[in-house]
Amino acid sequence: MAESLLTIEHLTKKFDENVVLDDLSFTVKQGEVIVVVGSSGCGKSTLLRCINALEPIQSGKVKLSDEEIIYGSKTLAKQRQQIGMVFQSYDLFPHLNVLDNISLAPVKVQKRNKSEVREEAMELLKRVGLEDKAMSYPRQLSGGQKQRVAIVRALCMHPVLLLFDEVTAALDPEMVREVLDVMLGLAQQGRTMIIVTHEMQFARAIADRILFIDKGKIVEDTDPDTFFEHPSTERAKQFLNIFNFERSK
Amino acid sequence: MPDLGLEVLFKGKNMIRLLGGLWVAVKISLISVVISIPLGILLGIIMTRKNPVIKVVTRIYLEFIRIMPQLVLLFLVFFGTTRALRWNLSGELSSVIVFAAWGTAEMGDLVRGALISIPKHQYESSAALALSPAQTYIYIIIPQTVRRLIPLSINLITRMIKTTSLILMIGVVEVLKVAQQIIEANRMSSPNAAFGMYLTVLIMYFLICWPISMLAKYLEKRWR
Repeated sequence: MAESLLTIEHLTKKFDENVVLDDLSFTVKQGEVIVVVGSSGCGKSTLLRCINALEPIQSGKVKLSDEEIIYGSKTLAKQRQQIGMVFQSYDLFPHLNVLDNISLAPVKVQKRNKSEVREEAMELLKRVGLEDKAMSYPRQLSGGQKQRVAIVRALCMHPVLLLFDEVTAALDPEMVREVLDVMLGLAQQGRTMIIVTHEMQFARAIADRILFIDKGKIVEDTDPDTFFEHPSTERAKQFLNIFNFERSK
Repeated sequence: MPDLGLEVLFKGKNMIRLLGGLWVAVKISLISVVISIPLGILLGIIMTRKNPVIKVVTRIYLEFIRIMPQLVLLFLVFFGTTRALRWNLSGELSSVIVFAAWGTAEMGDLVRGALISIPKHQYESSAALALSPAQTYIYIIIPQTVRRLIPLSINLITRMIKTTSLILMIGVVEVLKVAQQIIEANRMSSPNAAFGMYLTVLIMYFLICWPISMLAKYLEKRWR
């Protein structure tokens, strides 16, 4: 039994009076890939943002390897180094080239040796097929390339947990695949990941567990086959129906 | 070929005098710019504060300076303060005061615009990479702000140089005034000098401002 890496206990998040996450609890084991699905505005992205304390929470606890992550605390910087996050809108730094985008945080935050970091960055870029783009600037890259760079940037910090926030939602369909392939590769390496996505086939292929969130609550927490074949709640059935089309003729 | 009165330019020290006048204009703009940039950066940062009092005060300052014609401000500072406050400011000093006040307002607005145009995501992805707030400013926010700012502030410099043509109205002998003096002095011998002299002044302004604005355009393209 692998030990649990991330524990979330009774997490509640409100924006003013509006409850976005309502008493969520779950654990993520070492090496597990969790896919969070749900309709827009159900709180999935907010959940990721609460995990690395980009948002303050109103009650409950988020613990990474038994240490609580607290918004605005002194230990936060240390903990954030262990959590890599990739955003929907890539968010590369436009004034830095690809290599500098990747090596900035390892060098400045983790104080690692610059040439070693760059070597590692090149190695990672090669793995995602972008070694020839190391000196390019973000504006010279396609959306899919930017997103792969963003993944490499997160990986280079040696995180123990990776968060993906709808990373393919802003991409053209033909670029979605190249990003998802990189993520599948990471899953095969045994990385612990929490993925928010609307790509249902991908979710089914990559997930060890599916969390279905509706109105800020976890409605289903199960393995992908059960979720997609035999969802136990009416809400999940409705949700999955959105992705099915009947023949019209 | 009509007589453009260009020969006046080569009489005596006329060319040197014109260049001296041009230097006065450029000097006043440069001093004003050097004062405006740090003050403007400070003002711009202050303007992004959420404090409503600060917001209103800075807004009033900005709008006042912008709405008032520069000539009225020059008169106010040069003539107005002499009687009312018993200050005896020279024309050049008055010009620097007005241009620096104007430059600070414009620069402040540019800095404010550049700062708020940095997307929230840049702060967030920096935070997610565990950069401290100070590191985020040093490595991410300030470099991007400066890149957006430099082309705009270079344009401000050219606007200032052009606007110095007003300061002859408060008795500063800058390039336009020198040209007028030369025209006056040669009225009998070269009655057509007005065209030649003003044309020369025009070309001088152009030769100063054009490279500056080309530089701005180049930087804008490079740093887009």
